[in-house]
Amino acid sequence: MTERFVTRGFVGRRDDPGGTGLSGDERRRRTPPGQYLTSDFPVLSAGPTPRTPLDRWSLRIEGLVREPVQWSWAEFLALPAREWVVDISCVTKWTHLDMRWKGVSIDTLLEGVELDPKAAFAIAWSDGGYTTNLPLGDLLNNQAFVAYEYDGQPLAPEHGGPARLVVPARYFWKSAKWLRGLRIQDHDEPGFWESLGYHIRGDQWLEERYSGD
Amino acid sequence: MAIGWQLATVGSIHDETPTVRTFTLGLPGWSGHRPGQHLDLRLTAEDGYSVERSYSIASEPERPGEVDITVERIEGGEISPFLHEVVVPGDRLEVRGPIGGYFVWEAALGGPLLLVAGGSGVVPLMAMVRHRARSAPSVPTRLLFSSRTFDEIIYRDELDGLASARNGFEVLHTLTRGQPPGWTGYSRRIDEAMLAEALEPLGAEARAYACGPTALVEVVANGLVRLGLPPDRVRTERFGPTGT
Amino acid sequence: MEERIALMRDDPAVDLTVDANAVGGMLAAVFGADVTASPSQCATCRTVSMVGTMRVYMRGPGVVVRCPACAEVVLRIVQTPEATLVDVSGASWIRIPRQAATG
Repeated sequence: MTERFVTRGFVGRRDDPGGTGLSGDERRRRTPPGQYLTSDFPVLSAGPTPRTPLDRWSLRIEGLVREPVQWSWAEFLALPAREWVVDISCVTKWTHLDMRWKGVSIDTLLEGVELDPKAAFAIAWSDGGYTTNLPLGDLLNNQAFVAYEYDGQPLAPEHGGPARLVVPARYFWKSAKWLRGLRIQDHDEPGFWESLGYHIRGDQWLEERYSGD
Repeated sequence: MAIGWQLATVGSIHDETPTVRTFTLGLPGWSGHRPGQHLDLRLTAEDGYSVERSYSIASEPERPGEVDITVERIEGGEISPFLHEVVVPGDRLEVRGPIGGYFVWEAALGGPLLLVAGGSGVVPLMAMVRHRARSAPSVPTRLLFSSRTFDEIIYRDELDGLASARNGFEVLHTLTRGQPPGWTGYSRRIDEAMLAEALEPLGAEARAYACGPTALVEVVANGLVRLGLPPDRVRTERFGPTGT
Repeated sequence: MEERIALMRDDPAVDLTVDANAVGGMLAAVFGADVTASPSQCATCRTVSMVGTMRVYMRGPGVVVRCPACAEVVLRIVQTPEATLVDVSGASWIRIPRQAATG
């Protein structure tokens, strides 16, 4: 491999963790390998921002379930929700600590749902055609939620509003914006980025960025 | 074009406005370019971290072995503050290009020409203007140029100079955020009425090139097509939402 | 080491919709020629457009190039440390110019 030319004086991004009140040690401990800290909330997208009117919106759980279940926007907002303060890491290397969301736990959504014994994976699908895949085990036990507020405000469309999946223990591409449903399957199925070189699981602590990592 | 990266040497640097700076890059291996094309710049840190950016070539192809890029300093950006604060003549930078076959004008295509710029979108159009001055000085050309304020007009003096040659090149300025006393140009964002006035003397055979923030370019492209220009004669380059 | 995607301007905060001119260099490295002026047919709506006019979304894990007529995905490109992955299934075809012999 040829020696890469180094540009004099260029150092690239520096950590800009903002006034989080955390010690340097704690920030380091909470920053996954290869990431830098930011206090921004960068907007990253694979396509135009969908704008589904709320009266046409629904969230659906279907597939290997006894009965598919669906909520309208009003029904979804009526579900028990809570605040979640979590660290988020994107595969493009930014990590933002203590992001504050409000949303409904996946456990709550699955409460009335009888899963087929063979159910093992969920494909999250979104307005605009985006998909991502997760083992059910990564979604249960308060590990994931459907967020509709960020930082005390309704979730903005460019950040995935009205509602998005959030899976803090995985790279943020797994936190599908503009979520409309979860399809439960017995087999895994690579989603939008997983089918083009990204890791099937995406654990940021194991630095599972690309397939083969 | 050369697809690989080559090393350019920074020759001279000068400021166009308080936040906009031009770098002249010496490129002995350069194959030449067509007005409107851009180059990619790559910066690499000691630890291997690297970023790339595209910059439109501001200079005309009639200057062999060197190209100008004009860079606006963006607060919080990753590359432009480095270019403005650290790079000095003699530094070497990796570049790739020239790139772009779509947003290109050269003398052989003829005119009349309508060029519409929003802020730093003027850069690739300036390559066209400078090329015209050298190689096709009688092509009727109008530049409709939107800037925030008088002091932020990029290439202001050079454009005045070219217009004063009275060879069919005119500049129509619009200032969207503030106008100096005695200002006789436009004072609002580009709209269809302004486009109609700019286009009128050039006629329905004009070719148009529009460059700048996405929102401005959409307004211009839609407006010019509604005014009767065939869509394939309206070429656009969207820079994203920064600018005026 | 990972390379960032070429951007036309550094705007740190906002989603960018630019045209595929902005990734012309990357596409040239993938296809072996400058394809910004090359026509390509969208496999979804059959519209033929010049690649340079297609809409590019590039602040994310990869680059997505969408049809200017129907907004469906035409091309997807991911750069990993070792390789470039390209999905062209959204294009029925792309017409890539062959280099003329240079004098």
